[in-house]
Amino acid sequence: MTTPSVRPGRAPGQGRSAAAFLAPFLLLYVLFIVGPALYGLLMSFFDTSMVKAGLSTFAGLQNYVDALGSSDFWSSLWHTVWFTILTTPPLVIIALALALLANRVGRGQWFYRLAFFLPYVLPSAVVALIFMWILSPGIGLLDTSLGKIGITPPNWLGDENWAMPALAFTTVWWTIGFNFVLYLAGLQEIPRDLYEAAALDGATPWQQIRHVTIPLLGRTTTLVAVLQVIASLKVFDQMYIMTSGGPNYSTRSLLEYVYDESFTNYRVGYSSAVSMLFFVVVLAVSVVWFRLVRSQQKEV
Amino acid sequence: MATDTLAPPLRARVVTVETVDRRVTIFNRICVGVLIAFALLWLVPILWALDTALKPNAETVNTTWWIENPTFAAFGRVFTDTDMLRWWASTFIASALSTVLTVITASLAAFALSRMRFRYRNLVFWFILAGIMVPSQVLMVPQFREFQSLGLLNTFWAVALPQAPTAIAVFIFKQFFDGLPADLEEAARVDGASFFRIYRQIVLPLSRPAVAAVAIFSFVWAWNSLLWPLLVLTNPDLMTIPVGLATVQGAFGIRYADTMATAVLGAVPLVALFLLFQRNIVEGIAGTGIKG
Repeated sequence: MTTPSVRPGRAPGQGRSAAAFLAPFLLLYVLFIVGPALYGLLMSFFDTSMVKAGLSTFAGLQNYVDALGSSDFWSSLWHTVWFTILTTPPLVIIALALALLANRVGRGQWFYRLAFFLPYVLPSAVVALIFMWILSPGIGLLDTSLGKIGITPPNWLGDENWAMPALAFTTVWWTIGFNFVLYLAGLQEIPRDLYEAAALDGATPWQQIRHVTIPLLGRTTTLVAVLQVIASLKVFDQMYIMTSGGPNYSTRSLLEYVYDESFTNYRVGYSSAVSMLFFVVVLAVSVVWFRLVRSQQKEV
Repeated sequence: MATDTLAPPLRARVVTVETVDRRVTIFNRICVGVLIAFALLWLVPILWALDTALKPNAETVNTTWWIENPTFAAFGRVFTDTDMLRWWASTFIASALSTVLTVITASLAAFALSRMRFRYRNLVFWFILAGIMVPSQVLMVPQFREFQSLGLLNTFWAVALPQAPTAIAVFIFKQFFDGLPADLEEAARVDGASFFRIYRQIVLPLSRPAVAAVAIFSFVWAWNSLLWPLLVLTNPDLMTIPVGLATVQGAFGIRYADTMATAVLGAVPLVALFLLFQRNIVEGIAGTGIKG
């Protein structure tokens, strides 16, 4: 293979220095990410168990067949997808709206950053404790507030139909700050004079937002949306602490299923196969993202 | 004559500008109103947690914002009834270890990818970038076995090492370094400075926003991670805050003031960090190109 010398002025032999710079990261990366990922792939073809050392007996594709034939797998996959559907649109749209408003208002930015970003730095366990208290039936803040306007709320976390929306609501409150900041950063890149030009042409504020700001935030929106989908698919903590997958398994996410199979039922080979299927889903989403980003870059 | 024909449209235009101005003012007022309403709404859960923590336990079922007998007693009980101080220390050590490893290794790697020419450069970059797509939870069983066989379970290394190689950190640093002008280091190169000197004395000092963004996010992610530390830290002496809180949850039963005080104290260090660095967070992201 011939490598065209892009920069003829550069001295040869940078390969060795480059290797030295890359080595520390690549060492950690191969040891703790790539290695385990390949080992996980290997385990998914064996009847590996948590309680026995080694890989145990070869199972071929049996784990994958079992996973795809298991109603527990499909229901936990559905819960994960349902959670993603419930959280992604508000986490993108509300974050965008709040960032647009905060950017427009200009003054007091620190206050809005404080209000919206602060929850993001809270540990999941803290968020869970606070919301379990707010959502607790009868005496929680939400129930008593709704009670005052004459609404009898359901038992949020104890009702199969309401547990997932309650978890989604908690998650929107908790994580919106990250997307909000990404949008604020994107908004800072838009030149002021574009708005001035639009204003001179008589565009109303709403028209400016609609025809100048939102189109220019296209790439940010793609990024935010895909990072959000991936993050929502990876949900675990909230459900693990707030509902433990209940009531009646109605909020068991795919990763909680992996966790249960590995550490409660000790079926490591099987849970590895489930992990690999999950990885395929995330990979598919990521590939769509890269394609979208690339097509947007071509437009610019 | 000329003024006669010009006047009406001119007057009309003045009126339009005034109307637009008025509309803009109204629009801006609505914006401020909506924004403040949302911001207050967003603060309610945190304020409610604080409010509850300041009540005596017996008063917590009143569900009013008003506190009859405000007291800090619940905060005091957290320190006597839980290992909060120890959790703080553990979480800090594990997160700091992981953050330092991430910042150093990722910035070195990104420097090579951005400033040096070598074979397979793109291949290496894509190999690292692929790491963004691997959900860390998928790796938990193999990693668990790895640390088990290394004999590192129940050590801070077990928490810090898998979190250190963060592909997105390399990506952020590379984006930032790519944006620095090339002639910066030309002079140094002519003077015969090594790559390491250029990295340490020229590029790194200019990259403070990127370092701040990567450090803050690595620290927050490491600090808040639950699942992995839950698996590898079974020794109560080493528990991190998320693990400790998850295990203590329910232990307080109906002592809601104590529970909320625990939650508040568990959040305090990162909230303080955020208050100190909140400006850097937005600037860091704005300057580094994660926003797309």
